Amino acid sequence: MRPEVALPVLLPLLSGAISLLFWRSRPMQRFTAVAGNLALMVVSLWLFTSVYQEGYVTIQMGGWEAPYGITLVADMLSAVMIVLTALIGLVIAVYSLASTGPDHEKFGYYPLMHLLLAGVSGAFLTGDIFNLYVWFEVMLVASFALLILGGEKAQMEGAIKYVTLNLLASVIFLTAIGLLYGMVGTLNMADIALRLHEAEHQGMVEVLAVMFMVAFGIKAAAFPLFFWLPASYHTPPVAVSALFAGLLTKVGVYSLFRVFTLMFDDTMDYTQDLLIWGATLTMVTGVLGAAAQYEFRRILSFHIVSQIGYMILGLALYTPLAIAGGVFAIMHNIVVKTNLFLISGITRRLQGTYQLKKMGGLYKERPWLAVAFFLSAFSLAGIPPLSGFFAKFVIVRAGIEAEAYVVTGIALAVGFMTLYSMVKIWNEVFWKSLPEDNLVPERETVVGDDGRMVKPNLWLMTLPVGVLAAMSLLIGVFAEPLMGLMNTIGEQLLNPQGYIEAVLGDNVDVIEALIETPASEEVSP
Amino acid sequence: MEPLMAVAIGFMYAAAIFLMLRRSIVKLVIGLMLLTNAANLLIFTSAGMTRGAPPLIPEGMLAPEGVVADPLPQAVVLTAIVIAFGVLAFAVVLIRRAYEIVKADDLDKMKDTDT
Repeated sequence: MRPEVALPVLLPLLSGAISLLFWRSRPMQRFTAVAGNLALMVVSLWLFTSVYQEGYVTIQMGGWEAPYGITLVADMLSAVMIVLTALIGLVIAVYSLASTGPDHEKFGYYPLMHLLLAGVSGAFLTGDIFNLYVWFEVMLVASFALLILGGEKAQMEGAIKYVTLNLLASVIFLTAIGLLYGMVGTLNMADIALRLHEAEHQGMVEVLAVMFMVAFGIKAAAFPLFFWLPASYHTPPVAVSALFAGLLTKVGVYSLFRVFTLMFDDTMDYTQDLLIWGATLTMVTGVLGAAAQYEFRRILSFHIVSQIGYMILGLALYTPLAIAGGVFAIMHNIVVKTNLFLISGITRRLQGTYQLKKMGGLYKERPWLAVAFFLSAFSLAGIPPLSGFFAKFVIVRAGIEAEAYVVTGIALAVGFMTLYSMVKIWNEVFWKSLPEDNLVPERETVVGDDGRMVKPNLWLMTLPVGVLAAMSLLIGVFAEPLMGLMNTIGEQLLNPQGYIEAVLGDNVDVIEALIETPASEEVSP
Repeated sequence: MEPLMAVAIGFMYAAAIFLMLRRSIVKLVIGLMLLTNAANLLIFTSAGMTRGAPPLIPEGMLAPEGVVADPLPQAVVLTAIVIAFGVLAFAVVLIRRAYEIVKADDLDKMKDTDT
């Protein structure tokens, strides 16, 4: 029994249940949010140390041996993603204490947040393809409800697009699972990986690979499937936006990494071009979309799309170094993008709007906030020595080594365009003086515990921003040891044998023997 | 039986996508319902259809005799049905709220958040 593999899923579910029990008690829900996510952080670090020492840690749920039961498995990629999930969960919980008003908290904001984190953790840890679908749905349902909390017009319109396209992606995913099961007769991903190489219809395998690519592509917001993201991410309360921006699309990217390195590695000569050009166009369209925007969160939403391109490019180049770079990009982006959204929430508090044209003068008023924005924004653009530089550097280097010069050139150019958008925000929000028509009247007040209107604690909002900005800086400073970690991930992903043996244990030999003598393979017709 | 099911499922997918491409949000949700049901039937069919052979192990034996139905896709479909039910319940409430707030069931009138 290795409880640390199951705990990152169980703990958020437990915190969610506790939160639900205290439905009427706001202080108790807020306490559970912070305490539960602190516990999640501890557990995720426990999991990380185990994986760091042993390479793979698995747990067979219910004691049913793989491939018959559901296996939870953590390799280095899963462990890193879980640590990041816990970090974002904790940061958002603290930030929400100040930023989320009682009108949202009363309607189950915290339980939904816990449920979302459980779904994300489950998706990162499961070793079963149908179970992955289930965790996706857990995550999606929680995100649907979080997205419409508050019920404003823009939220409804955004939610319809978000819900429709994500459900469509789920159905495509489910269809692909059905067809895959029809071909190989198993749902365990390690088992599928073994059987898919020997499958009768290799043409069908390619079809399935593309179906998975489309399904996860929609969830990861890759070109040309990303339109739901900029239409919805700027509508919910800012803490929700930040949570989504940090985690949701990355689950899609993680799933792409998982299935294309584990199951569909044979189809790479066909799907590689699709992935490479999909990634490139994602980068370009995202960054161009952002250039036209003058609303803080819309700019950031388009940049999520653009950054997804870098991560998928890391996968598409398909060398250990490129994959290491792709995962580095995921790690850097989760920290930085969440932070930028959190900063947009603070500026909105201070100046009452997200419209860049109406803001200004914050450099003078809040120099430390300006520094935090500067660190995150320029890290996103890839300025050394911040975290984004190393992500981009590794991917570009891998691109040159793989002789994909055009794509690499485009990736570099997109970096400059990112800088353009970030400088635009910097100029408009921090540098220029406050326009006279913004009277900065409505410093939002919330209802305090004693029923009177009080000003929210701004320091509870600045603390997470400070922590994440420092993280971004630290990722840059300790890029060398982190890169070692990323190289391990690259090696592990491109040598799936270790993963397969970790999941199936001694059954690998049995299954291989069965595959070689197909007559006795299945009980069913 | 399988070819017939395949044709029926294909027809359901086509009908669902046709409905989803309409502008009315009600038709959109009906399309989604049809789509999830089509996917469930597809899983059900993909594992092969076996008549009248439940996967039960006779007393005193370790494996079922002869050809039996594969129970796993049925369990999977059951899970998928439950999930689809929950999600669709949410979608129905969502379009009702959206209709109340936007005062239109035309998707073309919901473009404020697009860019």
